[in-house]
Amino acid sequence: MYKIIKKRVLNPSVKSMEVYAPAIAKKAEPGQFIILRVHEKGERIPLTISDFNRDKGTVTITFQEVGKTTKLLGRLEEGEEILDFVGPLGKASELEGYKKVAVIGGGLGTAIAYPQAKKLHNLGAEVHSIVGFRNKDLIIYEEELNQVSDKVFITTDDGSNGHKGFVSDVLQQLIEEGNKYDLVIAIGPLIMMKVVSELTKKYGIKTIVSMNTIMIDGTGMCGGCRVTVGGEIKFACVDGPDFDGHLVDFDEAMRRGAMYKEEEAYSDHICKIGLGGN
Amino acid sequence: MSNTALKKVEITERDPKVRNKDFKEVVLGYTEEEAKQEAKRCLQCKHRPCVQGCPVNVKIPDFIKLVSEGDFEGAYEKIKETNSLPAVCGRVCPQESQCESRCVRGIKGESVGIGRLERFVADWHMKNVEEKPSEIKLNGKKVAIVGSGPAGLSCAGDLAKKGYEVTIFEAFHTAGGVLMYGIPEFRLPKKIVQKEIENLKAIGVKVETNMVIGKVFSIEELFEQGFDAVFIGSGAGLPSFMKIPGENLNGVYTANEFLTRINLMKAYKFPETDTPIKVGKKVAVIGGGNVAMDAARSAKRLGAEEVFIIYRRSEEEMPARLEEVHHAKEEGIIFKILHNPTQILGENGWVKAIECVKMELGEPDASGRRRPIPIKGSEESLEIDTVIIAIGQSPNPLIKSTTKNLKTHDWGGIIIDEQTGATSIPGVYAGGDAVTGAATVILAMGAGKTAAKSIDEYLIR
Ligand SMILES: Cc1cc2nc3c(=O)[nH]c(=O)nc-3n(C[C@H](O)[C@H](O)[C@H](O)COP(=O)(O)OP(=O)(O)OC[C@H]3O[C@@H](n4cnc5c(N)ncnc54)[C@H](O)[C@@H]3O)c2cc1C
Ligand SMILES: Cc1cc2nc3c(=O)[nH]c(=O)nc-3n(C[C@H](O)[C@H](O)[C@H](O)COP(=O)(O)OP(=O)(O)OC[C@H]3O[C@@H](n4cnc5c(N)ncnc54)[C@H](O)[C@@H]3O)c2cc1C
Ligand code: SF4
Ligand code: SF4
Ligand code: FES
Ligand SMILES: [Mg+2]
Repeated sequence: MYKIIKKRVLNPSVKSMEVYAPAIAKKAEPGQFIILRVHEKGERIPLTISDFNRDKGTVTITFQEVGKTTKLLGRLEEGEEILDFVGPLGKASELEGYKKVAVIGGGLGTAIAYPQAKKLHNLGAEVHSIVGFRNKDLIIYEEELNQVSDKVFITTDDGSNGHKGFVSDVLQQLIEEGNKYDLVIAIGPLIMMKVVSELTKKYGIKTIVSMNTIMIDGTGMCGGCRVTVGGEIKFACVDGPDFDGHLVDFDEAMRRGAMYKEEEAYSDHICKIGLGGN
Repeated sequence: MSNTALKKVEITERDPKVRNKDFKEVVLGYTEEEAKQEAKRCLQCKHRPCVQGCPVNVKIPDFIKLVSEGDFEGAYEKIKETNSLPAVCGRVCPQESQCESRCVRGIKGESVGIGRLERFVADWHMKNVEEKPSEIKLNGKKVAIVGSGPAGLSCAGDLAKKGYEVTIFEAFHTAGGVLMYGIPEFRLPKKIVQKEIENLKAIGVKVETNMVIGKVFSIEELFEQGFDAVFIGSGAGLPSFMKIPGENLNGVYTANEFLTRINLMKAYKFPETDTPIKVGKKVAVIGGGNVAMDAARSAKRLGAEEVFIIYRRSEEEMPARLEEVHHAKEEGIIFKILHNPTQILGENGWVKAIECVKMELGEPDASGRRRPIPIKGSEESLEIDTVIIAIGQSPNPLIKSTTKNLKTHDWGGIIIDEQTGATSIPGVYAGGDAVTGAATVILAMGAGKTAAKSIDEYLIR
């Protein structure tokens, strides 16, 4: 059992939890994730390690309540425990040796991108963070990003704060203005990562994306998380989750991510009317 | 009063038309009287050929004699001398190619039902005898076991009984390996596996789940933490693909994913449980081993109307246990032998059909089985909505890639000294599917025992 030391509500649907898991905290690196299970009949879901504290022995997860499992997780309070919590899984992001990096976060992806921005900053890179949200009420991690970025650009779809429009527009503008990035990291909805990758391909800028495929074991044993990268089958849980955005087959990934849409909606519904919840 | 019947005493099995709709156990086992009757078919052969057929040399005539005398607990003790998981092995060993293949009674008529008797004895013990953990004096040495499949469990058990402080590290949230996530409930009830694990805990074995070795700790770090030796029993979990077009379509599963969703995550109880599965109406399972049979029979139980086993050789070459093939047929699984998939066809991103080419058998290949050769122009396509790939697994590279100096074969198997189970790293032993590639429960269990013996010798030296 893994105790929730601290819980924060970041916006109406995004929560953050600091979980006591000293062995994982000791090994965690930016880009890695954990898999958890909330209750005995629960499914296994992956969540990125959005921060960690080796001294306190804690791992922070930040999640958006989108369906049954994330909602059940969101109901847990400080002092309560998560049943299963395994990690750190996946490969750590390779962040050494870059001079100037654009870190792009879409919505919840911002929380996932934060540890990467932090590490890049600590390694001495110039970091431009470009993060986008649907509206100003959904903005998360602004303060944290300010601390680790040389510049932060916030966009909202409706213009209620910062730039109106998409992160890719801002990135394009920055590139056009002469910013020479040697790396772009894009984390967020698949469609956002696809658009950013298409853009940076034109400019020949190396781009890393984080693939949020459906996972079960997270150790390379089921193949459910497979993605096509440069024409080859890769397992996101062990070969990734980071991949070269210019090589990923995003359309296939989007299709595979929607494989259980019906069942997920049903499960969520059952949970809401109080039949299947724990 | 020997029993001269040519056939085995019949065993009660549930009606195929009823059982193929639920996950309850198919074979119900012998009663005491039936077991005694079957035991009386054994001739107590002096040269004991059956014992040679068993990879761990269970003292078959001896335990069967005790069964015939009604001393079931005595029989249990006898089996346990060499086999730590009789309730499991009695159910899943490929007896027809092991112990029973050598039985003298099999020359004319059916062999003695050794597996059935072994299962009976183990079940009888579980039902009637309260396990009393004997006092074990700890010897102050610690051993780490990676993986909780039959290899890890048997190694842990033997070492714990010798006084070692044993900790099993398991990647999943539940211990048991393939016995939990692979082999379905209707063939091996999960409570049997859990009982075995409880027994280990009762003699002091610690089981730490949610621990992916290589990620959370390396093998090296286990030594730094004070473990004196390590056994790697991490299995062969890496699924193979066919490398044909369409394998990434929605509706294509590896057997590992399909069975893990069902067995470990209990997707067959969705939405009472949270893990979904999509079975569809027409399912094609590719492969001819136990894994394929389990996937096919599970798909049927989850409501598929038609389930096909597609296998490129003939039935004779199928590696599955005879009994599973027989049960699968009874349950309505359709066998398409001498067929090999060439591509999976999709519509809007979902599986729509599978195209297969017909095969004929040529000369024997390296494995001694006749090589299947495609018949040109014989391609045909079969409308289906789900494909399950069950063509094999190899050892997961995770431990290899995180352990310096651990020697492995090109195909991933850990290289060991056959006699001792020792790897290329002093103090590190390995066994089971991680060494051999996908094999059997009994071989994995035997390898765990061999390693336990070697670890003991290594540490008391
Ligand atoms: C490596 C990785 C890191 C991730 N990090 C984060 C994170 O830090 N914060 C966050 O909010 N989300 C993260 N996700 C996504 C998160 O796992 C899903 O939002 C979550 O599983 C949804 O579960 P649910 O039951 O609440 O919703 P559901 O309604 O069941 O699913 C909503 C959508 O989530 C996806 N999903 C469903 N089940 C799984 C599964 N078992 N594994 C992966 N995706 C699934 C599907 O695309 C689905 O359509 C990550 C995913 C991956 C693969
Ligand atoms: C569907 C199916 C049906 C089968 N049917 C039969 C049958 O009828 N008869 C038969 O004899 N055999 C059968 N087999 C084969 C048999 O189950 C295996 O040969 C046997 O389980 C191998 O045992 P093992 O201990 O080596 O590995 P496994 O049982 O595979 O156990 C390995 C364990 O190690 C864990 N692990 C892996 N990596 C790590 C890590 N890095 N850190 C921590 N833990 C880790 C895994 O999660 C797993 O729990 C079947 C196999 C399958 C998949
Ligand atoms: S362990 Fe398996 S092979 Fe050995 S006697 Fe028992 S059933 Fe036969
Ligand atoms: S070979 Fe058959 S008949 Fe002979 S001892 Fe073994 S089980 Fe009994
Ligand atoms: S989640 Fe199973 S292989 Fe990646
Ligand atoms: Mg869900």
